[in-house]
Amino acid sequence: MPLTRQDVEKVALLARLTLTDAEAEAMTSQLAGIVDYVDQLAQADVEGVEPMAQAVESANVFQQDEVRAGLPREFALRNAPRHSDAGYLVPAVLGD
Amino acid sequence: MSPTELTAARQLELLASGDSSAEELVSNHLALIDSVDGSVGAFLRVDHQGALAHARAIDGRRARGERLGALAGLPVAVKDILCQTGERVTCASRMLEGFTSPYDATVVAKLRAADAVLIGRTNMDEFAMGGSTENSAFQPTRNPWDLERSPGGSSGGAAACVAARMAPLSIGTDTGGSIRQPAGLCGVVGLKPTYGRVSRFGLVAFASSLDQVGPLARTTEGAAMLLDAITGHDPFDSTSLALPPTAAAANLAKPLENLRIGVVAEHYAEGLDAEVEAAVRAAIRQYQSLGAEVVDVSLPNSKYAVATYYVIAPCEASSNLARYDGIHYGRRADESAIAAALAAERKAALDAGDQAAADAVEPALVRLYRQSRSEAFGPEVKRRIMLGAYALSAGYYDAYYLKALKVRRLIRQDFDAAFQKCDLIVGPTTAGPASKLGSFDDDPLGMYLLDLYTVSANLAGLPAMSLPCGKTKSGLPIGLHLIAPPLEEERLLRGARMYEAAAGQFVEKPACC
Amino acid sequence: MSDYTTIIGLEVHVQLATASKLFCPCSTAYGAEPNTQTCPVCIGMPGSLPVMNGEAVRLAVRTGLALNCTIANETKWDRKQYYYPDLPKGYQISQYDQPICEGGYVEIFDAKNRFEPKRVRLTRAHLEEDAGKSVHDDAPGGPAGGGRGDSMIDLNRTGTPLLEIVSEPDLRSSAEAKAYLSELKLLLTYLGVSDCNMQEGSLRVDANVNLHLGTPDGRVATPIVEIKNMNSFRAVERAIDYEAGRQQRVWRETGRKLGDAPKQTRGWDDAAGKTIAQREKEESSDYRYFPDPDLTPVRLPAEEVEAARAELDRLPATLRAELRAEHGLSQYDADVLVNQGLPVVDYFFATAASAGDGKAAANWVTQDVLRVLKQSEESIESFNVPAAELAGLIKKLAAGEIPKPRGREVFDSMVERGGGVHAAMDELGIAEIDESELVGLAKELLAANPKIVADLRAGKQQAAGALIGQAKKKNPNIDPARFRQLCLELAADA
Ligand SMILES: [Mg+2]
Ligand SMILES: [Zn+2]
Repeated sequence: MPLTRQDVEKVALLARLTLTDAEAEAMTSQLAGIVDYVDQLAQADVEGVEPMAQAVESANVFQQDEVRAGLPREFALRNAPRHSDAGYLVPAVLGD
Repeated sequence: MSPTELTAARQLELLASGDSSAEELVSNHLALIDSVDGSVGAFLRVDHQGALAHARAIDGRRARGERLGALAGLPVAVKDILCQTGERVTCASRMLEGFTSPYDATVVAKLRAADAVLIGRTNMDEFAMGGSTENSAFQPTRNPWDLERSPGGSSGGAAACVAARMAPLSIGTDTGGSIRQPAGLCGVVGLKPTYGRVSRFGLVAFASSLDQVGPLARTTEGAAMLLDAITGHDPFDSTSLALPPTAAAANLAKPLENLRIGVVAEHYAEGLDAEVEAAVRAAIRQYQSLGAEVVDVSLPNSKYAVATYYVIAPCEASSNLARYDGIHYGRRADESAIAAALAAERKAALDAGDQAAADAVEPALVRLYRQSRSEAFGPEVKRRIMLGAYALSAGYYDAYYLKALKVRRLIRQDFDAAFQKCDLIVGPTTAGPASKLGSFDDDPLGMYLLDLYTVSANLAGLPAMSLPCGKTKSGLPIGLHLIAPPLEEERLLRGARMYEAAAGQFVEKPACC
Repeated sequence: MSDYTTIIGLEVHVQLATASKLFCPCSTAYGAEPNTQTCPVCIGMPGSLPVMNGEAVRLAVRTGLALNCTIANETKWDRKQYYYPDLPKGYQISQYDQPICEGGYVEIFDAKNRFEPKRVRLTRAHLEEDAGKSVHDDAPGGPAGGGRGDSMIDLNRTGTPLLEIVSEPDLRSSAEAKAYLSELKLLLTYLGVSDCNMQEGSLRVDANVNLHLGTPDGRVATPIVEIKNMNSFRAVERAIDYEAGRQQRVWRETGRKLGDAPKQTRGWDDAAGKTIAQREKEESSDYRYFPDPDLTPVRLPAEEVEAARAELDRLPATLRAELRAEHGLSQYDADVLVNQGLPVVDYFFATAASAGDGKAAANWVTQDVLRVLKQSEESIESFNVPAAELAGLIKKLAAGEIPKPRGREVFDSMVERGGGVHAAMDELGIAEIDESELVGLAKELLAANPKIVADLRAGKQQAAGALIGQAKKKNPNIDPARFRQLCLELAADA
């Protein structure tokens, strides 16, 4: 299925990006080209093949349930674009 | 002769023998950076004072007879994607321009424990996405062998600084070839370890299931020393292998016996530069002259590797980069301007009598997210985020992501079968030598295809490296690519060392320095 | 229009009682100053990586087994992606297609018989990390606040382990919903896997509600509404009842059926007593789940699961059955005891075993012991009448050594003085009367009252009342019932 400008607009919202008209046009044709290339995967015969999500397939890596000190608050907040002494500040969150 | 001309191992000998001090060594490198990096652009930031102070401290400890780490006093450059306490970590992105890490990556902590001197932070493609280092938000890096050309990428700064003698060793990261490809194009040695060999803790993630940290050096010996310093199990990374550090340097000089070299028919298809092919075939003959047997092997699914990679990597990247939203850290768009714009949009809709349009104006928070991210990310990062979000969105998951994961296993199975017949796979690192800057400005797919020979090792999690194997007539380096079975870094390096020793060390220096 | 059924499914998020968070070593303790329990991992700082807390997995398995779920052989972690300021990574680590627990059920009943006992099926239970909190800042407006002020984000709670328990839409009334929640909470408390404190957010409930209506054209369903923000079980009941009424009204007004409108989310406003529509996010359903490449899967071998199952005993349903079958308790008494928690049940078992009388022990524990605990706001662990002493009281009452009417007086004295039954009797001047003394007294009074003896022998048992009255004057400690019995026997033999 060819990738359309509408797909690009929808995905841009999902990915929290804003594209100008020109960017959206360019993005549509570039992504369409890449998707077209990637579509060759359809030809691969994967009948009975298990997906491989990780390069090393281990399991059960746990840590103990032990509390260790984290970051002092001033270090946690230091990189925040806007913050009070106590926390990160954002425009009012509605409906929460 | 300046000690910067020497390999990492010789520099360490100078320090051990007392013929040079760490302060002197670091000063020499800093001086070279000051004179050369203006034209190369390998470093984003150089820590003159910190590096010198650290070097002096190490000299003091050496004078007092204290026990020192394996890299004591040696300058090491770090790609600007590994966290370092109190240091800016930008990933060459406007998004993280002002970000200071409150913690050390495990690799950085290991470098400190080895008493390496962290000399500066190297340039890269933004968030490691790209193959030319031109996607850096701050500056391009130029290839020291031809300043009109790209050093490759994404670890372009890491490769260029070693090639131009500005640092004997540097740390890069490799998701689809980002260490090996620039190493090949800059005429240095670069190694991507087995997935899980080196901790990813503190490595800013691009594609988590593919990313690995690895060494760059002028010789296999330097790469082995640096690898030994950064490997080992890390409880802070769930995907870190529960194995002790490698000890590859110790056995490096021992040639491999009964070596079987695998040559992949699929590598020599259309698109491979004739000079590159000739150099690689000469290297294979060199191995034969050393007694190695050449075996033909087949990787039938490698034709899907780039497509597989450009599904999996963007899917993971789109998710890994969701955290950059300007809320808890990173760049935030101008909130007052957004508030004013939203009010104006609402008013315009109401003035036109369009209540529905007024209600549809997005909430301030959504606009803040979208605007912050759009202002702060470059075009290649946006493209990959979009591609990944698209491939994971409703209705496409099975056709793209799930399918790619299955093909990934086929690619791994091809390698498992090939390594039944051979010990190392040898081929070209790249299809051609370094490209002119700007070659791929409007051709993202063309740029993606540069990863043809390198991505498979990431998909399969295998150790692989590039080492110099000659130059083109126009003087551009050519890289030889070696792949080994999982955990066989020592075999990989010993095999590379056999060729390096026989072919003569690549001692020539680029014209720029 | 009155022909309708309310269809309810509940999603319950339970905070698991670990000391540290699900993927980092930060504390999960409630009530700390904002942003003082965070680290690079739970802030989602660049380069940080999660590592699983094994205890959370253990608690989830334990809970799943107690809920009769099937425990997955292999379970994995997925990223659920959406943007919100309290979600610093831009995704929540959760479980999508391989939850740790599948199926299962909770059995509910109503002690007051308002509904038939039933089995409420579970869809699944999965582990996930909690998000942070948005706190509205009352300080004057920030630059983008449009005069509404800012929100402050507190990430202390971010990364706390949650088990999300999802029921099938098997509930049919707010009373059933309440019973389900109470039973679930009781079970989780018995398991020790959560403190279930709703005020502190360690138990949160969302309800999916719609109606099945009988119409001339057959049964139709109204659109499903998800209700959020209910802060007590009472609020859940009220919200469901309100929503059932609201959906009837909307149906009458619009005739809108399931499928005509997307699933709506409504918030419960407890003060106003109604649900209020929440703003929809247009792309909210596209979470782009995919396996988290930073974490390894969890494999749970059958032996480990069976070992965990073997550790599960003494859960509410088992205990109720045991109380009824082995101690002859009524459904009501068994329920009262079990609802008090395991320590009270254990106290009962100890009392019953020592007294040899379950029924009497149940009466004392459910009435007198619980009354005292409630008044003194004490727990059974600090209650100062040991089970053996309460059993002693029960035995002495049965033996007539303490007059039945004075039992409660003795008990209250034991509670007050913290002493045993003997000390209380001494305090109250209740001497133990031995049988020979009692027989002597009966003989003496019978000899002095031949008329009464004749009446008794003629079958007029009420005549014994006068003898009891005289006996009590001579010795207030006699047990009237025992004394009456004795008189009847002696008169018959005379
Ligand atoms: Mg949930
Ligand atoms: Zn934390």
